[in-house]
Amino acid sequence: MWDALQLLSFGDGGWGDELLAGLEVTIALALATLPFGLAMGLLVALGQISGEPTLRRAARVYTTIFRGLPELLTIFIVYYGGQMLLQKVVGLFTDAYVEVNSFLAGMLALGLVFSAYASEVFLSAFRGIPAGQWEGAAALGLTRWQAFRLVILPQLIRLSIGGLGNLWLILTKETSLVSVIALDELLRQTSVAVGATKQPILFYSVACAIYLVLSLVSSRGLVALERRVNRGEAR
Amino acid sequence: MAGTADTATEVPGMRRPPPPARRWTGRRVAGWILMSLWILAGLGAAWVLWSGFDGEVFGRYFPRMLAGLWITVKLVVIPIALGAVLGLLLAWARLSGNRFADAAAFAYMYFFRGTPMLAQVFLVYYGSGQLRPLLEDWGLWWFFREAWYCVLLAFTLNTAAYQAEIYRVAIAAVPRGQWEGAQALGLSRRVTFLKVILPQAMITALRPLGNEIILMIKGSAIASVVTIFDLMGATRLAFSRTFSFDVYLWAAMLYLAIVETMRRLWERMEARLTRHLRREGEEGP
Repeated sequence: MWDALQLLSFGDGGWGDELLAGLEVTIALALATLPFGLAMGLLVALGQISGEPTLRRAARVYTTIFRGLPELLTIFIVYYGGQMLLQKVVGLFTDAYVEVNSFLAGMLALGLVFSAYASEVFLSAFRGIPAGQWEGAAALGLTRWQAFRLVILPQLIRLSIGGLGNLWLILTKETSLVSVIALDELLRQTSVAVGATKQPILFYSVACAIYLVLSLVSSRGLVALERRVNRGEAR
Repeated sequence: MAGTADTATEVPGMRRPPPPARRWTGRRVAGWILMSLWILAGLGAAWVLWSGFDGEVFGRYFPRMLAGLWITVKLVVIPIALGAVLGLLLAWARLSGNRFADAAAFAYMYFFRGTPMLAQVFLVYYGSGQLRPLLEDWGLWWFFREAWYCVLLAFTLNTAAYQAEIYRVAIAAVPRGQWEGAQALGLSRRVTFLKVILPQAMITALRPLGNEIILMIKGSAIASVVTIFDLMGATRLAFSRTFSFDVYLWAAMLYLAIVETMRRLWERMEARLTRHLRREGEEGP
């Protein structure tokens, strides 16, 4: 028991500070992915509800691809594909060696997957808003953009917050996959600790516990957020 | 619209003005640009595959990837089937009304749904190594020695938790009157559950179950991290030996093909199984 505590302590002899640094990277990656994923997901959903068939089709292709590929494969494709593409582009000018940042690659890959799922959430939220809301806004003389921003978007947030909350919980777990392209997030730091101490049960259990705490805190936050966006609703 | 008005005012030899041309709105232009980008990307991928085609690499690694595909199928089918049994037991424990069974099942499901599957695989695979003396005493080492069994175990435990939640929600959604009606007919609780409740619950569970299978197909790729040569594992091996990016594109196409096939088959099956619930003339989902 004492040994375990010593192994988890902060400082030279323990791995507590390394795990904490990993947790920071995990949280940073999830938070950095969120805005890109949300914005892209909303755009794709707007494409899907558009009256323009080519836009709908383009959006369909996007969701089919990024919901169909394994997250791990998407990460590899973005990481190695991005590396090769950048190398080709840079190679036109100089013969410098470029290396893709694994944080950025992971953020892009997870964002693509997140946005594909988020677009489905937004899509069903759009379907939950009656057409009368658009028409009423038009009757008041609002432009389409104003109607979207002032009338539709607030309702959209309320209708999609539950689904997006689930996606956030999935995202925090999926950040662990980015460890395969050598990003020093929580799971990779844990593996490093296991390699050095030969205590897999202790360290992987601690990592799992940290992920559980992360999801617990997220759920609490999401409940509060949901209550806040629903405050205008009569019960 | 024009078609219906035609019949009343049709005069032989009458010439109508052409329908108004669809205008090139900003949205239409954007749609065409995006669609062209996708087509270009598709052509680009095809060009990369065609121009960089290396018969030797293809001949050596594509059969391996197909063998990996078969392992991926096994990595999905076995855990899903075993997980269904365990999941139903867990759902039953949660709905049993027994406080201890409920709490135990809740804790199990909370753990496996709240932690990454990769961490679970590591815990089983590397953790069992640490427990080797104990497992040898119990005569279980032959099982935990193999990465294959460890992955199957971890996947089964994981999907059981997700499936349990699906079954729990579906069973709870069956109206209580169904239980009461069956009781009024003198059916035992066991018969009621198996013959009345479960069939109705499974209809509700079909759609999330299909999603879970697809998540499992995609999630099975992480087996490659612990030396399993499934489709992803074979692809990574091929890439590490050839540094040819093509192999990832082949893998992407194979994964997309199986996920899309699975999705469509499941949709068909769902439409067929729920055909008695549709009203006449109503379109399927």
